[in-house]
Amino acid sequence: MSPLNEPVTSAAAPVARLIEEFHKLPGIGPKSAQRLTYYLLRVPADEARALAQAILEVKEKTVLCSVCQNIADSDPCAICSNPERDHSAICVVEEPLDILALERAGAYRGLYHVLHGVISPMDGIGPEDLKVQELLSRLRSGDVHEVIMATNPNLEGEATAMYIARLISPLGVKVTRLARGLPVGADLEYADNVTLARALEGRQEV
Amino acid sequence: MPVPRVYKTVAIVLRHRKLGEADKILTLFTASYGKLDAVAKGVRRPTSKLAGHVEPLTYSTFLLARGRELDIVTQAETLEPLTPLREDLERVGRGLYAAELVDRFTPDRQESYPLFRLLLETLRRLATRDDLDLILRYFEVQLLGELGYRPQIDRCVSCEAALEPATNFWSAAAGGVLCPACAADDPLARELSLDALKVLRLLQRGGFADAARVRIAAALAQELERHLREYIRYVLERDVRSAAFLDTLQRQKAVRA
Repeated sequence: MSPLNEPVTSAAAPVARLIEEFHKLPGIGPKSAQRLTYYLLRVPADEARALAQAILEVKEKTVLCSVCQNIADSDPCAICSNPERDHSAICVVEEPLDILALERAGAYRGLYHVLHGVISPMDGIGPEDLKVQELLSRLRSGDVHEVIMATNPNLEGEATAMYIARLISPLGVKVTRLARGLPVGADLEYADNVTLARALEGRQEV
Repeated sequence: MPVPRVYKTVAIVLRHRKLGEADKILTLFTASYGKLDAVAKGVRRPTSKLAGHVEPLTYSTFLLARGRELDIVTQAETLEPLTPLREDLERVGRGLYAAELVDRFTPDRQESYPLFRLLLETLRRLATRDDLDLILRYFEVQLLGELGYRPQIDRCVSCEAALEPATNFWSAAAGGVLCPACAADDPLARELSLDALKVLRLLQRGGFADAARVRIAAALAQELERHLREYIRYVLERDVRSAAFLDTLQRQKAVRA
Protein backbone atom coordinates (compact mmCIF):
# COMPACT_ATOMS: atom_id res chain seq x y z
CA MET A 1 0.00 0.00 0.00
CA SER A 2 1.35 3.43 -0.83
CA PRO A 3 1.73 5.84 2.11
CA LEU A 4 -1.06 7.92 0.64
CA ASN A 5 -3.61 5.17 1.12
CA GLU A 6 -2.93 4.66 4.80
CA PRO A 7 -5.43 6.13 7.20
CA VAL A 8 -4.27 9.43 8.64
CA THR A 9 -4.24 9.02 12.42
CA SER A 10 -2.49 11.41 14.68
CA ALA A 11 -3.89 9.64 17.77
CA ALA A 12 -1.61 7.41 19.86
CA ALA A 13 -2.00 3.68 19.17
CA PRO A 14 -4.01 2.74 22.35
CA VAL A 15 -6.34 5.67 21.73
CA ALA A 16 -6.83 4.70 18.11
CA ARG A 17 -7.56 1.14 19.19
CA LEU A 18 -10.28 2.18 21.65
CA ILE A 19 -11.87 4.43 19.01
CA GLU A 20 -11.89 1.40 16.68
CA GLU A 21 -13.61 -0.74 19.35
CA PHE A 22 -16.28 1.85 20.13
CA HIS A 23 -16.91 2.29 16.44
CA LYS A 24 -17.97 -1.36 16.21
CA LEU A 25 -20.89 -0.79 18.62
CA PRO A 26 -24.36 -0.28 17.15
CA GLY A 27 -25.36 3.35 16.70
CA ILE A 28 -21.84 4.67 17.31
CA GLY A 29 -20.32 6.60 14.43
CA PRO A 30 -16.69 7.68 14.11
CA LYS A 31 -17.29 11.02 15.85
CA SER A 32 -19.12 9.50 18.83
CA ALA A 33 -16.37 6.90 19.13
CA GLN A 34 -13.77 9.65 19.36
CA ARG A 35 -15.79 11.61 21.89
CA LEU A 36 -16.27 8.56 24.15
CA THR A 37 -12.59 7.70 23.95
CA TYR A 38 -11.38 11.17 24.86
CA TYR A 39 -13.95 11.31 27.66
CA LEU A 40 -12.57 8.08 29.13
CA LEU A 41 -9.04 9.47 28.91
CA ARG A 42 -10.09 12.16 31.36
CA VAL A 43 -11.98 10.07 33.96
CA PRO A 44 -10.24 8.65 37.08
CA ALA A 45 -8.57 5.26 36.61
CA ASP A 46 -10.97 3.35 38.88
CA GLU A 47 -13.99 4.54 36.92
CA ALA A 48 -12.43 3.23 33.73
CA ARG A 49 -11.61 -0.01 35.50
CA ALA A 50 -15.20 -0.35 36.69
CA LEU A 51 -16.42 -0.01 33.10
CA ALA A 52 -13.94 -2.59 31.85
CA GLN A 53 -14.95 -4.93 34.68
CA ALA A 54 -18.64 -4.51 33.90
CA ILE A 55 -18.04 -5.37 30.25
CA LEU A 56 -16.12 -8.51 31.20
CA GLU A 57 -18.74 -9.62 33.72
CA VAL A 58 -21.60 -9.24 31.32
CA LYS A 59 -19.87 -11.84 29.15
CA GLU A 60 -18.53 -14.09 31.90
CA LYS A 61 -21.28 -14.10 34.50
CA THR A 62 -24.39 -14.43 32.37
CA VAL A 63 -25.89 -17.59 30.98
CA LEU A 64 -28.81 -18.44 28.77
CA CYS A 65 -31.58 -19.87 30.96
CA SER A 66 -32.04 -23.41 29.68
CA VAL A 67 -35.82 -23.16 30.22
CA CYS A 68 -36.89 -19.77 28.85
CA GLN A 69 -33.71 -18.90 26.88
CA ASN A 70 -33.52 -15.49 28.55
CA ILE A 71 -30.18 -13.99 29.50
CA ALA A 72 -29.79 -14.51 33.24
CA ASP A 73 -27.25 -14.86 36.04
CA SER A 74 -28.46 -18.31 37.06
CA ASP A 75 -29.87 -21.35 35.32
CA PRO A 76 -32.85 -21.70 35.58
CA CYS A 77 -33.37 -17.96 35.79
CA ALA A 78 -35.07 -16.06 38.62
CA ILE A 79 -38.41 -15.98 36.78
CA CYS A 80 -38.46 -19.66 35.80
CA SER A 81 -37.54 -20.78 39.34
CA ASN A 82 -39.98 -18.47 41.12
CA PRO A 83 -42.75 -20.64 42.65
CA GLU A 84 -45.04 -17.60 43.00
CA ARG A 85 -45.35 -17.20 39.25
CA ASP A 86 -47.97 -18.93 37.16
CA HIS A 87 -46.20 -21.90 35.56
CA SER A 88 -49.14 -22.74 33.31
CA ALA A 89 -48.71 -19.73 31.01
CA ILE A 90 -45.82 -18.92 28.69
CA CYS A 91 -45.45 -15.56 26.99
CA VAL A 92 -43.36 -15.81 23.80
CA VAL A 93 -41.23 -12.76 22.95
CA GLU A 94 -38.68 -11.91 20.26
CA GLU A 95 -35.87 -10.47 22.38
CA PRO A 96 -34.78 -10.40 26.04
CA LEU A 97 -35.49 -6.65 26.07
CA ASP A 98 -39.17 -7.38 25.47
CA ILE A 99 -39.31 -9.18 28.83
CA LEU A 100 -38.08 -6.00 30.52
CA ALA A 101 -40.91 -4.05 28.90
CA LEU A 102 -43.55 -6.61 29.93
CA GLU A 103 -42.21 -6.84 33.47
CA ARG A 104 -42.27 -3.05 33.72
CA ALA A 105 -45.95 -3.13 32.84
CA GLY A 106 -46.39 -5.41 35.85
CA ALA A 107 -49.56 -7.05 34.58
CA TYR A 108 -48.22 -10.52 33.82
CA ARG A 109 -47.35 -13.21 36.36
CA GLY A 110 -46.57 -16.16 34.10
CA LEU A 111 -43.36 -17.40 32.50
CA TYR A 112 -41.57 -16.32 29.32
CA HIS A 113 -39.87 -17.78 26.30
CA VAL A 114 -37.35 -15.82 24.23
CA LEU A 115 -37.10 -16.70 20.54
CA HIS A 116 -33.96 -14.58 19.94
CA GLY A 117 -35.22 -13.21 16.66
CA VAL A 118 -38.12 -13.39 14.30
CA ILE A 119 -38.83 -15.20 11.05
CA SER A 120 -37.62 -12.93 8.26
CA PRO A 121 -37.63 -14.84 4.96
CA MET A 122 -35.99 -12.03 2.97
CA ASP A 123 -33.04 -11.94 5.37
CA GLY A 124 -32.73 -15.71 5.26
CA ILE A 125 -33.85 -16.13 8.89
CA GLY A 126 -36.12 -19.13 9.19
CA PRO A 127 -37.74 -20.94 12.14
CA GLU A 128 -34.67 -23.17 12.50
CA ASP A 129 -32.63 -20.11 13.51
CA LEU A 130 -34.95 -19.37 16.44
CA LYS A 131 -35.56 -21.11 19.77
CA VAL A 132 -38.73 -22.77 18.51
CA GLN A 133 -37.87 -26.39 19.24
CA GLU A 134 -37.01 -25.40 22.82
CA LEU A 135 -40.51 -23.95 23.18
CA LEU A 136 -42.16 -27.07 21.79
CA SER A 137 -40.30 -29.33 24.19
CA ARG A 138 -41.42 -27.14 27.10
CA LEU A 139 -45.02 -27.56 25.95
CA ARG A 140 -44.73 -31.33 25.61
CA SER A 141 -44.22 -31.64 29.37
CA GLY A 142 -47.96 -30.94 29.63
CA ASP A 143 -48.11 -28.38 32.48
CA VAL A 144 -48.69 -25.41 30.20
CA HIS A 145 -52.26 -24.40 29.39
CA GLU A 146 -51.74 -21.16 27.51
CA VAL A 147 -49.12 -19.70 25.17
CA ILE A 148 -49.32 -15.94 24.68
CA MET A 149 -47.70 -14.76 21.46
CA ALA A 150 -46.13 -11.37 22.19
CA THR A 151 -44.06 -10.92 19.03
CA ASN A 152 -44.09 -7.43 17.52
CA PRO A 153 -47.26 -6.51 15.61
CA ASN A 154 -45.46 -6.13 12.27
CA LEU A 155 -45.29 -8.41 9.26
CA GLU A 156 -42.44 -10.58 10.54
CA GLY A 157 -43.80 -10.74 14.08
CA GLU A 158 -47.24 -11.78 12.84
CA ALA A 159 -45.77 -14.39 10.51
CA THR A 160 -43.73 -15.83 13.39
CA ALA A 161 -46.80 -15.95 15.63
CA MET A 162 -48.83 -17.72 12.94
CA TYR A 163 -46.03 -20.17 12.27
CA ILE A 164 -45.62 -21.10 15.93
CA ALA A 165 -49.39 -21.29 16.49
CA ARG A 166 -49.53 -23.77 13.64
CA LEU A 167 -46.83 -25.93 15.23
CA ILE A 168 -48.51 -25.84 18.63
CA SER A 169 -52.04 -26.65 17.49
CA PRO A 170 -51.56 -30.46 17.45
CA LEU A 171 -50.41 -30.28 21.09
CA GLY A 172 -53.81 -28.95 22.17
CA VAL A 173 -52.44 -25.95 24.07
CA LYS A 174 -54.41 -22.71 23.89
CA VAL A 175 -52.56 -20.04 21.87
CA THR A 176 -53.45 -16.36 22.27
CA ARG A 177 -52.08 -13.20 20.71
CA LEU A 178 -51.57 -9.79 22.31
CA ALA A 179 -54.40 -7.43 21.31
CA ARG A 180 -53.72 -4.87 18.62
CA GLY A 181 -55.39 -1.51 18.68
CA LEU A 182 -54.93 2.14 19.43
CA PRO A 183 -52.01 3.14 21.63
CA VAL A 184 -52.62 5.27 24.72
CA GLY A 185 -52.34 8.94 23.84
CA ALA A 186 -52.81 8.47 20.08
CA ASP A 187 -54.94 10.39 17.63
CA LEU A 188 -57.72 8.50 15.87
CA GLU A 189 -57.39 10.40 12.60
CA TYR A 190 -53.84 9.17 12.07
CA ALA A 191 -54.61 5.51 12.68
CA ASP A 192 -54.06 3.15 9.76
CA ASN A 193 -56.85 0.92 8.42
CA VAL A 194 -55.51 -2.32 9.86
CA THR A 195 -55.10 -0.93 13.38
CA LEU A 196 -58.54 0.69 13.32
CA ALA A 197 -60.20 -2.50 12.06
CA ARG A 198 -58.49 -4.51 14.80
CA ALA A 199 -59.41 -1.94 17.43
CA LEU A 200 -63.06 -2.20 16.41
CA GLU A 201 -62.95 -6.00 16.44
CA GLY A 202 -61.53 -6.02 19.94
CA ARG A 203 -63.78 -3.32 21.40
CA GLN A 204 -64.84 -3.72 25.00
CA GLU A 205 -67.84 -2.68 27.03
CA VAL A 206 -67.19 0.37 29.21
CA MET B 1 -36.33 15.56 -15.04
CA PRO B 2 -34.85 16.44 -11.66
CA VAL B 3 -36.79 15.17 -8.67
CA PRO B 4 -38.31 18.09 -6.70
CA ARG B 5 -37.41 18.67 -3.06
CA VAL B 6 -40.68 17.23 -1.80
CA TYR B 7 -42.42 14.71 -4.01
CA LYS B 8 -45.41 12.45 -3.92
CA THR B 9 -45.70 8.93 -5.26
CA VAL B 10 -47.59 5.71 -4.71
CA ALA B 11 -45.42 2.78 -3.70
CA ILE B 12 -45.34 -0.79 -2.46
CA VAL B 13 -43.14 -1.39 0.57
CA LEU B 14 -40.75 -4.18 -0.35
CA ARG B 15 -38.81 -4.51 2.89
CA HIS B 16 -37.68 -2.67 5.98
CA ARG B 17 -34.67 -2.71 8.24
CA LYS B 18 -34.04 -1.08 11.58
CA LEU B 19 -32.12 2.16 11.83
CA GLY B 20 -30.94 3.70 15.08
CA GLU B 21 -33.25 3.88 18.10
CA ALA B 22 -36.69 4.00 16.57
CA ASP B 23 -36.34 4.53 12.82
CA LYS B 24 -36.50 2.22 9.85
CA ILE B 25 -35.10 2.26 6.36
CA LEU B 26 -37.82 1.26 3.92
CA THR B 27 -37.19 -0.10 0.46
CA LEU B 28 -40.03 1.24 -1.67
CA PHE B 29 -40.98 0.26 -5.16
CA THR B 30 -42.57 3.47 -6.39
CA ALA B 31 -44.73 3.89 -9.46
CA SER B 32 -42.98 7.06 -10.63
CA TYR B 33 -39.33 6.71 -9.59
CA GLY B 34 -38.66 2.97 -9.39
CA LYS B 35 -37.01 1.39 -6.36
CA LEU B 36 -35.62 3.66 -3.67
CA ASP B 37 -34.67 3.60 -0.01
CA ALA B 38 -36.25 6.08 2.38
CA VAL B 39 -36.05 6.69 6.12
CA ALA B 40 -39.24 6.47 8.16
CA LYS B 41 -38.61 8.22 11.45
CA GLY B 42 -39.93 6.99 14.76
CA VAL B 43 -41.96 4.12 13.27
CA ARG B 44 -40.82 1.65 15.89
CA ARG B 45 -42.54 3.59 18.67
CA PRO B 46 -46.09 2.45 19.49
CA THR B 47 -47.48 5.95 19.02
CA SER B 48 -46.05 6.44 15.53
CA LYS B 49 -48.67 7.66 13.10
CA LEU B 50 -46.68 6.31 10.17
CA ALA B 51 -45.99 2.78 11.36
CA GLY B 52 -49.15 1.07 10.13
CA HIS B 53 -48.90 2.67 6.72
CA VAL B 54 -45.35 1.56 5.95
CA GLU B 55 -45.43 -2.15 6.78
CA PRO B 56 -43.92 -4.45 4.14
CA LEU B 57 -46.38 -5.47 1.40
CA THR B 58 -48.67 -2.49 1.87
CA TYR B 59 -49.66 -0.28 -1.02
CA SER B 60 -49.56 3.33 0.16
CA THR B 61 -49.21 6.85 -1.08
CA PHE B 62 -46.07 8.61 0.11
CA LEU B 63 -44.86 12.14 0.51
CA LEU B 64 -41.08 12.06 0.45
CA ALA B 65 -38.57 14.80 1.13
CA ARG B 66 -35.13 14.74 -0.43
CA GLY B 67 -32.48 14.14 2.18
CA ARG B 68 -28.73 14.38 1.99
CA GLU B 69 -28.24 10.66 1.54
CA LEU B 70 -31.60 9.00 1.94
CA ASP B 71 -34.98 10.56 1.33
CA ILE B 72 -37.30 10.91 4.28
CA VAL B 73 -40.92 9.81 4.53
CA THR B 74 -42.91 12.81 5.70
CA GLN B 75 -46.40 11.40 5.20
CA ALA B 76 -47.86 8.06 4.23
CA GLU B 77 -51.35 6.77 3.90
CA THR B 78 -52.45 3.25 3.09
CA LEU B 79 -54.28 2.79 -0.20
CA GLU B 80 -54.72 -0.97 0.13
CA PRO B 81 -53.68 -2.77 3.30
CA LEU B 82 -53.98 -6.14 1.49
CA THR B 83 -54.98 -7.52 4.89
CA PRO B 84 -55.76 -11.14 3.87
CA LEU B 85 -52.24 -11.33 2.46
CA ARG B 86 -50.70 -10.85 5.88
CA GLU B 87 -53.09 -13.07 7.81
CA ASP B 88 -52.13 -16.34 6.19
CA LEU B 89 -48.64 -17.85 6.27
CA GLU B 90 -48.84 -19.31 2.78
CA ARG B 91 -49.83 -15.94 1.36
CA VAL B 92 -47.30 -13.89 3.36
CA GLY B 93 -44.48 -16.21 2.34
CA ARG B 94 -45.33 -15.85 -1.34
CA GLY B 95 -45.85 -12.10 -1.11
CA LEU B 96 -42.40 -11.71 0.42
CA TYR B 97 -40.93 -13.92 -2.28
CA ALA B 98 -42.41 -11.69 -4.99
CA ALA B 99 -41.16 -8.57 -3.19
CA GLU B 100 -37.69 -10.05 -2.83
CA LEU B 101 -37.51 -10.85 -6.55
CA VAL B 102 -38.41 -7.26 -7.46
CA ASP B 103 -35.89 -5.97 -4.92
CA ARG B 104 -33.07 -8.17 -6.21
CA PHE B 105 -33.73 -7.65 -9.90
CA THR B 106 -34.25 -3.90 -10.07
CA PRO B 107 -31.62 -1.14 -9.91
CA ASP B 108 -32.22 1.93 -7.73
CA ARG B 109 -34.29 4.78 -9.14
CA GLN B 110 -35.10 3.29 -12.49
CA GLU B 111 -38.75 3.87 -13.21
CA SER B 112 -40.71 0.85 -14.47
CA TYR B 113 -44.45 1.24 -14.37
CA PRO B 114 -45.15 -2.18 -15.97
CA LEU B 115 -43.19 -3.88 -13.19
CA PHE B 116 -45.03 -1.84 -10.59
CA ARG B 117 -48.38 -2.94 -12.05
CA LEU B 118 -47.22 -6.54 -12.18
CA LEU B 119 -46.18 -6.55 -8.52
CA LEU B 120 -49.33 -4.81 -7.35
CA GLU B 121 -51.57 -7.15 -9.30
CA THR B 122 -49.64 -10.15 -8.00
CA LEU B 123 -50.04 -9.02 -4.39
CA ARG B 124 -53.76 -8.39 -4.95
CA ARG B 125 -54.14 -11.86 -6.39
CA LEU B 126 -52.21 -13.40 -3.51
CA ALA B 127 -54.58 -11.63 -1.13
CA THR B 128 -57.79 -12.75 -2.82
CA ARG B 129 -57.29 -15.94 -4.84
CA ASP B 130 -56.42 -19.49 -3.85
CA ASP B 131 -54.25 -20.67 -6.78
CA LEU B 132 -51.20 -19.25 -5.01
CA ASP B 133 -48.51 -21.19 -6.86
CA LEU B 134 -49.91 -20.38 -10.28
CA ILE B 135 -49.95 -16.69 -9.31
CA LEU B 136 -46.25 -16.91 -8.48
CA ARG B 137 -45.34 -18.76 -11.68
CA TYR B 138 -47.17 -16.16 -13.76
CA PHE B 139 -45.36 -13.44 -11.84
CA GLU B 140 -41.97 -15.07 -12.41
CA VAL B 141 -42.46 -15.51 -16.15
CA GLN B 142 -43.81 -11.99 -16.64
CA LEU B 143 -41.09 -10.48 -14.45
CA LEU B 144 -38.35 -12.17 -16.48
CA GLY B 145 -39.94 -10.88 -19.68
CA GLU B 146 -40.22 -7.35 -18.35
CA LEU B 147 -36.58 -7.32 -17.27
CA GLY B 148 -35.25 -8.59 -20.58
CA TYR B 149 -34.53 -12.16 -19.44
CA ARG B 150 -37.49 -13.65 -21.29
CA PRO B 151 -36.79 -17.37 -21.73
CA GLN B 152 -37.07 -18.51 -25.34
CA ILE B 153 -39.69 -21.24 -25.49
CA ASP B 154 -40.98 -21.17 -29.09
CA ARG B 155 -37.87 -22.41 -30.82
CA CYS B 156 -34.78 -24.29 -29.73
CA VAL B 157 -32.32 -21.74 -28.31
CA SER B 158 -29.43 -23.43 -30.09
CA CYS B 159 -30.57 -24.52 -33.59
CA GLU B 160 -33.66 -22.28 -33.86
CA ALA B 161 -35.73 -25.22 -35.07
CA ALA B 162 -39.40 -25.25 -34.06
CA LEU B 163 -39.89 -27.44 -30.99
CA GLU B 164 -41.54 -30.82 -31.48
CA PRO B 165 -44.47 -31.70 -29.22
CA ALA B 166 -42.35 -34.06 -27.16
CA THR B 167 -40.08 -33.98 -24.14
CA ASN B 168 -37.55 -31.18 -24.65
CA PHE B 169 -34.87 -29.78 -22.37
CA TRP B 170 -34.79 -26.72 -20.11
CA SER B 171 -31.52 -24.86 -19.91
CA ALA B 172 -31.02 -21.84 -17.68
CA ALA B 173 -27.57 -21.21 -19.15
CA ALA B 174 -28.82 -21.20 -22.74
CA GLY B 175 -31.81 -19.03 -21.81
CA GLY B 176 -34.73 -21.27 -22.66
CA VAL B 177 -35.60 -24.58 -24.25
CA LEU B 178 -33.23 -26.89 -26.12
CA CYS B 179 -34.55 -29.52 -28.55
CA PRO B 180 -33.47 -33.15 -27.87
CA ALA B 181 -30.82 -32.91 -30.60
CA CYS B 182 -29.18 -29.88 -28.99
CA ALA B 183 -29.64 -30.97 -25.37
CA ALA B 184 -25.98 -31.99 -25.15
CA ASP B 185 -25.01 -28.29 -25.50
CA ASP B 186 -25.74 -27.80 -21.81
CA PRO B 187 -24.85 -30.75 -19.58
CA LEU B 188 -27.00 -29.21 -16.83
CA ALA B 189 -30.13 -29.07 -19.03
CA ARG B 190 -33.08 -30.89 -17.51
CA GLU B 191 -36.00 -32.67 -19.08
CA LEU B 192 -38.98 -30.43 -19.78
CA SER B 193 -42.28 -32.20 -20.18
CA LEU B 194 -44.63 -31.23 -22.98
CA ASP B 195 -47.28 -30.17 -20.47
CA ALA B 196 -44.79 -27.89 -18.71
CA LEU B 197 -43.82 -26.33 -22.03
CA LYS B 198 -47.47 -25.67 -22.84
CA VAL B 199 -48.10 -24.01 -19.49
CA LEU B 200 -44.94 -21.89 -19.82
CA ARG B 201 -46.14 -20.64 -23.21
CA LEU B 202 -49.51 -19.78 -21.75
CA LEU B 203 -47.89 -17.94 -18.83
CA GLN B 204 -45.65 -16.00 -21.15
CA ARG B 205 -48.16 -15.05 -23.82
CA GLY B 206 -51.57 -14.91 -22.27
CA GLY B 207 -53.03 -12.63 -19.67
CA PHE B 208 -53.47 -13.98 -16.17
CA ALA B 209 -57.12 -14.80 -16.79
CA ASP B 210 -56.15 -17.30 -19.52
CA ALA B 211 -53.42 -18.86 -17.40
CA ALA B 212 -55.76 -19.17 -14.42
CA ARG B 213 -58.15 -21.39 -16.37
CA VAL B 214 -55.78 -24.35 -16.61
CA ARG B 215 -55.81 -26.96 -13.88
CA ILE B 216 -52.29 -27.98 -12.95
CA ALA B 217 -51.57 -31.28 -11.23
CA ALA B 218 -49.18 -31.35 -8.28
CA ALA B 219 -46.32 -33.03 -10.17
CA LEU B 220 -46.52 -30.52 -13.01
CA ALA B 221 -46.67 -27.60 -10.56
CA GLN B 222 -43.49 -28.91 -8.94
CA GLU B 223 -41.74 -29.24 -12.28
CA LEU B 224 -42.60 -25.65 -13.23
CA GLU B 225 -41.47 -24.33 -9.87
CA ARG B 226 -38.17 -26.18 -10.13
CA HIS B 227 -37.42 -24.97 -13.66
CA LEU B 228 -38.29 -21.34 -13.03
CA ARG B 229 -36.42 -21.22 -9.75
CA GLU B 230 -33.33 -22.62 -11.39
CA TYR B 231 -33.64 -20.08 -14.20
CA ILE B 232 -34.01 -17.18 -11.76
CA ARG B 233 -31.10 -18.43 -9.71
CA TYR B 234 -28.95 -18.55 -12.80
CA VAL B 235 -29.86 -15.01 -13.87
CA LEU B 236 -29.50 -13.55 -10.36
CA GLU B 237 -26.35 -15.56 -9.63
CA ARG B 238 -27.63 -16.13 -6.10
CA ASP B 239 -30.36 -17.86 -4.12
CA VAL B 240 -33.64 -16.18 -3.46
CA ARG B 241 -33.77 -16.28 0.34
CA SER B 242 -37.53 -16.27 0.77
CA ALA B 243 -37.71 -19.49 -1.25
CA ALA B 244 -36.24 -21.35 1.73
CA PHE B 245 -39.18 -20.31 3.88
CA LEU B 246 -41.65 -21.52 1.23
CA ASP B 247 -39.84 -24.86 1.26
CA THR B 248 -40.14 -25.03 5.06
CA LEU B 249 -43.89 -24.47 4.81
CA GLN B 250 -44.12 -27.11 2.09
CA ARG B 251 -42.25 -29.67 4.19
CA GLN B 252 -44.57 -29.02 7.12
CA LYS B 253 -47.61 -29.52 4.99
CA ALA B 254 -46.18 -32.84 3.83
CA VAL B 255 -45.58 -33.91 7.45
CA ARG B 256 -49.11 -33.05 8.53
CA ALA B 257 -50.77 -34.70 5.54
